[in-house]
Amino acid sequence: MTAPSYTRADFQTDQEVRWCPGCGDYTILATVQQFLAGLGRPREEFVFVSGIGCASRFPYYMNTYGMHSIHGRAPAIASGVATTRPDLSVWVITGDGDALSIGGNHLIHALRRNIGLKILLFNNQIYGLTKGQYSPTSEVGKQTKSTPYGSIDYPFNPVSLALGAEATFVARTLDMDRIHNEEILRAAYEHPGSAFIEIYQNCNVFNDKAFIQLTGKEERVHNRIDLEPGKPIVFDEGAKAVMLRNGQATVVDSSSVDPGAILVHDPTRPDPSIGFALSRLSHGPFGPTPLGIFRNVSRPTYESQMTAQIETAREKVGEGDLSKLIASHGTWTVKDPSANGG
Amino acid sequence: MAEQIATERPETARTETFDRIVIRFAGDSGDGMQVAGSKFTDASALFGNDLATLPSFPAEIRAPAGTLPGVSSFQVQIADFDILTAGDQPDCLVAMNPAALRKNLEDLRQGGTLVVNTDAFDERNLAKAGYEANPLEDGTLDGYRVIGVPMDELTKEAVKDSGVSGRSVLRSKNFLALGLLAWLFNRPTEPTIEWAVKKFAKTPEVAAANIAAFQAGYTLGEATEAAKTTFVVKPAALEPGVYTNINGNSALAWGLIAASQLSGLPLFYGSYPITPASDILHELSRHKNFGVRTFQAEDEIAGVGAAIGAAFAGNLAVTGSSGPGIALKSESISLAFMMELPLIVINVQRGGPSTGLPTKPEQSDLLFSLYGRHGESPIPVIAAASPSDTFAMAIEAARLALRYMTPVLLLSDNQIANGSEPWKLPDVSALEPISVEFAKHANGPDGTFLPYMRNIDTFARPWAIPGTPGLEHRIGGLEKEAITGNVSYEPANHQLMTDTRAWKVANIANDIPPVEVFGDTDADILVLGWGSTYGSIRAAARRVRLGGKKVATAHLRYLNPLPTNLGEVLNSYKQILIPELNTGQLRRVIRAEFLLDVKGLNKVAGEPFKIAEIEARILEMMK
Repeated sequence: MTAPSYTRADFQTDQEVRWCPGCGDYTILATVQQFLAGLGRPREEFVFVSGIGCASRFPYYMNTYGMHSIHGRAPAIASGVATTRPDLSVWVITGDGDALSIGGNHLIHALRRNIGLKILLFNNQIYGLTKGQYSPTSEVGKQTKSTPYGSIDYPFNPVSLALGAEATFVARTLDMDRIHNEEILRAAYEHPGSAFIEIYQNCNVFNDKAFIQLTGKEERVHNRIDLEPGKPIVFDEGAKAVMLRNGQATVVDSSSVDPGAILVHDPTRPDPSIGFALSRLSHGPFGPTPLGIFRNVSRPTYESQMTAQIETAREKVGEGDLSKLIASHGTWTVKDPSANGG
Repeated sequence: MAEQIATERPETARTETFDRIVIRFAGDSGDGMQVAGSKFTDASALFGNDLATLPSFPAEIRAPAGTLPGVSSFQVQIADFDILTAGDQPDCLVAMNPAALRKNLEDLRQGGTLVVNTDAFDERNLAKAGYEANPLEDGTLDGYRVIGVPMDELTKEAVKDSGVSGRSVLRSKNFLALGLLAWLFNRPTEPTIEWAVKKFAKTPEVAAANIAAFQAGYTLGEATEAAKTTFVVKPAALEPGVYTNINGNSALAWGLIAASQLSGLPLFYGSYPITPASDILHELSRHKNFGVRTFQAEDEIAGVGAAIGAAFAGNLAVTGSSGPGIALKSESISLAFMMELPLIVINVQRGGPSTGLPTKPEQSDLLFSLYGRHGESPIPVIAAASPSDTFAMAIEAARLALRYMTPVLLLSDNQIANGSEPWKLPDVSALEPISVEFAKHANGPDGTFLPYMRNIDTFARPWAIPGTPGLEHRIGGLEKEAITGNVSYEPANHQLMTDTRAWKVANIANDIPPVEVFGDTDADILVLGWGSTYGSIRAAARRVRLGGKKVATAHLRYLNPLPTNLGEVLNSYKQILIPELNTGQLRRVIRAEFLLDVKGLNKVAGEPFKIAEIEARILEMMK
């Protein structure tokens, strides 16, 4: 079978896209459609599962199989698809409220099990669909409709959380940077097992310019730390570097340190500690913030082990035989009622 | 005649023959009473008796030893005819300690046989049970036939050469008691010995100790004057066939596997451990060679969620729990209803609300099953009537879910789940296949796929699974436009879709068997039941008839939709009685549906009806 040749239009549906004009979701949608079209994989093999929230309308705009499900539950539902159908490519579209608040439990457990899900978390640090309450990634002190005196909730760092759950693939990218986004999508797609991608996504209505430190022309030069495998971690046009000190990642002036002391990025380290240390460089996009792949390690997937157990059981005891199963607790025979002494 | 395993008996033994006997094993929850009861039951089943069992155990894994809350018991009725319940009143009670005696003695029939472990009646245990004086000595047990056995001492003696030592020695005392009961009730000994050899194959010293204790108990019977008279219950005249003794959770799991085979769909079970449903998960997880995938989820919601995903992907998808867990799944069940995906939801009911009585039976989730969802979401609800009936009802749940593309709720309860009965094995080759056709081709104009274009007979929508070229489509919780499945907020469309979904489920009434009436169809009183009360209702009606009076019974296995002939049946009786282990839930449904003044007999005491309770209520209504 020859690989199908697709354009982005093949992955678009006839449904009108209903995000607010200027929403970062448009860019992400276009990037994902473009990326999938370029893979040449049959369209019917993709499944997009979402929860509830602005981001979760995404499946309606993807001409693949899709489900717009319940708030927070997409990783659980997608787990049922992926564990029973390893032949499919299963994607979860979620947001900061969906994945980290109501669905936090499902997210960490899907990651820990290493089920083959590609989880795209659109983080805009606000509740958009319910019109502007603070989210579990909103900064402390944020004034919103539900926090007129400022939020007192300490926020999650989604990358730290995913690394803490020992996800085998953890990355962060930006809605606006389509090239970077596509690179990360490709690495996630090629990674067997769970892949977690935090996408900083601008909500221009309720939380505009939340990521200005990483997207603004002036600001991004100083704040964007690009993690590149095999390379020393430097940024700000080489002026700044990242070192490990007492297990903690620290930003230093490049000129003040021996170049050999600069941390070389290696996402394939089996231990997640250094990746975690890198994720602590920022607690939100307010200053120097790493983007790229924090972790990319190999571990058997849940579904491959489940399939292997089934195959082993069949090899050991043979294909299931229902008549034998129902007689497996011991049987007795009642032969002929006319001769029965009872 | 049923195959009878001969056991040599000395000629000095005297026997009395009964048509039925009820035996209860009671002891501390660490005393192995469930094992002793089950093995006695298995031996009786293999001997050919009809039987029914009722285990009862505390929710605590190890309540403080020797205390009243720590008492665990197992009741079995054996008979030479087709009995329907584990019996109201034990004829024989085994009490392994004072707490077990105190908690169970009032149930023992006057003149009944009492086997007690006299070694356990020391001051400390007596105090823990709240006895001021030793009931073995103060006349409390006058009027019973008491067989006092120093079980600790005799067990130690019996197992001394087996290789077990220390605290493990006394673990075999349940086998000593079981051996004595095997003697008293003329049970075959081979099945228990064979079981012990197999069960403890990895620890042969434990097998040897248990067998030694069992044999010591058996020979003790011969040597004990009080045990000289033994009891015989002859094999029952059951319908010819091959039988097994089955509990409800195992039969339900097997029914799901059968449905998987009959439909050709791989089975997926998403679940979170909860009493008393966990054994379904345990049983299914053992049978991976049937292609079964079990998923122990992080919580109840993920259990049903994963099952919904598996359904979308083309599996026979099932989730199971008990009341509290079903409450957590409620939102997801409505999603499955909205998306019109086939899903089986099993509720093994227990005493509620909240944590309630986790190890006790109750039927209090009926209204919750019928109505416990947001929005207009009337899903089919069916209920098994007995342990073995869960096999057929699991297959039926699958048939309805797959044929009508809907979640189906299957009700069991703790009595069905853990109770057991002989089951005539069905001929699996004669089971009706469940036809499933995935959508393969476009069904709309210009090669489009219309996910809500319905089947003209069933009103089910097509099931197009991922991987099928050209049928890519999106479903979800938002209301969908009829036919196209596009998101729609149109007022008329929501009315149409709400009505259509309701009609689709209501129409299932034409695809289920009519309710059957048993007994005297010309009686004035009909006793209507559902679920696990089946046995006690039928047995009570039988007693009423033996008393020369007329009564009819009917049992509902379909609660939504109700059988089409139900109204006609109900209207042909002057009085209707509905016994339920709740405060009158089916009664409310019947009153609302048929405007009939039906009467209830209701009990929420964490135990099944006694036959006598239902019998008394029927007789009272006749006055």
